[in-house]
Amino acid sequence: MSRYFIDKASKNLVFLCAFASIIIFLTIIVFIFKEGLPAFERVGFFSFLFGTEWRPSLGQYGILPMIVGSLYVTFGALLIAVPLGIGCAVLLAEVAPFKVRTILRPAVELLVGIPSVIYGLVGLLLVVPLIREIGGTGFSIAAASIVLAAMILPTIISISEDAIRAVPRGYKEGSLAIGATHWQTIWHVLLPAARSGIAAGIILGMGRAIGETMAMIMVIGNSVQMPVSPLDSARTLTGNIAVEATYAPPDHMSALFATGVVLLFLIMFLNSIALVALKRGGRLRHAR
Amino acid sequence: MLAKITSAKNTQRAAMAFVWASGAITILFLLTIIIYIFIKGVPGLGWDFLTTPPAGGINAGGGISTIIVSTIYLIALTMGILVVPGIGAGIYLAEYAPDNRLTRFIRYGIDTLAGIPSIVFGMFGLALLVTALNFNFSILSGALTLVCLLLPTMIRTTEEAIKAVPRGHREGSLALGATKWQTIRHVVLPTAFPGVITGIILCIGRALGETACLYLTIGNYTGMPTSLMDPGRPLSLHIYYLIMDSNAPQKAMATAVVLIVTIFVINAVTNWLSYRFQAKMKGKPS
Repeated sequence: MSRYFIDKASKNLVFLCAFASIIIFLTIIVFIFKEGLPAFERVGFFSFLFGTEWRPSLGQYGILPMIVGSLYVTFGALLIAVPLGIGCAVLLAEVAPFKVRTILRPAVELLVGIPSVIYGLVGLLLVVPLIREIGGTGFSIAAASIVLAAMILPTIISISEDAIRAVPRGYKEGSLAIGATHWQTIWHVLLPAARSGIAAGIILGMGRAIGETMAMIMVIGNSVQMPVSPLDSARTLTGNIAVEATYAPPDHMSALFATGVVLLFLIMFLNSIALVALKRGGRLRHAR
Repeated sequence: MLAKITSAKNTQRAAMAFVWASGAITILFLLTIIIYIFIKGVPGLGWDFLTTPPAGGINAGGGISTIIVSTIYLIALTMGILVVPGIGAGIYLAEYAPDNRLTRFIRYGIDTLAGIPSIVFGMFGLALLVTALNFNFSILSGALTLVCLLLPTMIRTTEEAIKAVPRGHREGSLALGATKWQTIRHVVLPTAFPGVITGIILCIGRALGETACLYLTIGNYTGMPTSLMDPGRPLSLHIYYLIMDSNAPQKAMATAVVLIVTIFVINAVTNWLSYRFQAKMKGKPS
């Protein structure tokens, strides 16, 4: 075999590998949609999305309680994680001396490495009893939000820190030179300049939150109801799939796939916003 | 008076207090998780725990020997399937991909794949691999699902590693008359090798922590798996079942210690390798 033949063959081979990934991607998307479609057809698109009754045994499939549950938990988590995350990012990028950074940054990386089931375990044994002291069973939106906040914190911190660091030095020097305090510079110059990157971090954290499954089903109680108070139990879209998929008969399964379709749309929507925000942040960086 | 309280200096003081507090709380989160797991889990650990099979039942006696074997089978099979297409696609994107619509579509697909939640992969695996293709609940189904989930990570880390190789290396090799593939095979890949290994180890770490996609595909079997078509139960899933089905928090904690220590060691190795790789790439003149 001539080396030119091997050259060509290898090129085609690695192209096939890349092409395989796109095939896998398309297979998953098409498959989920194809399996979910019958449920949309039978129940009707709007009564599936906005129906409040989920009783698979009676053929009633409305996922509004799960959509509300997912969004409720996610916003609860963001409420905790966004101020903490941005605060921590400012600390890492601007305030902390070198020594503190060498402790804090690995700590953030370790948080990323902890598997979701362990967050769930600690949430179940520590956070749930804590919430029970306040009221209810403890399996609640509040407990889930706290656990989720710890899980998405690293995402928000590291992306926000990068964004703050990427602000051109001149901005900071200019602000300090006209007499602003360090904090005034951070608040009025650095954070606004880094806002698209920070927004991307928050949105990516949101995507992670909505997609989280195991930790959620362990602490949120999984009862199908429209949650009102943060102490109420609820069910997320992901939890709905996980709890029922192993035993669901075909019709029911199709409704679960339809739940997956809704979940996919939600996450793809969030990710594309994050991508746009990051690109905008990147433009600033190159404008230096 | 008010002006004095809200003066720039006081605002700064309050703001800095908040910033430091958020750092402290972040550390607190980590310490709470780790200390709690270790205090509750380490007493249950021991040679016996690692080498006896789980006895099952509501108290979930016994250890985790078969669980460890199951985990090793799963990870080995996953990586065995993942490595070739992952690295291949990484090479294509870094070295060959022209800037055209197909390439952009491939990149878009990989990016989107990376954002799909684990449970959706699980559902896909359940319907296609477990049911339609008749692989049943098995280590094979679990591994194939994990491959789909990890593919974007593997491709991206490979691509980054290859792109970090200085241009001069390639030009030198091409100037000597080597073909493009000879250049990749004998110059680029050996240089990028530590970076690629980092990616592989990173994927192993992520595979160890995955639960949701395996929950729907690998089945629930605590015996010793003898073939890849047997169902299994990896460490992460074992923790879930111990606490949710058997109410055995001590055992769950002990298993969690094993899992967390393994993942931390893997992360440390990854960081060390990638640090060395980057230093090497920067150190060489290009």
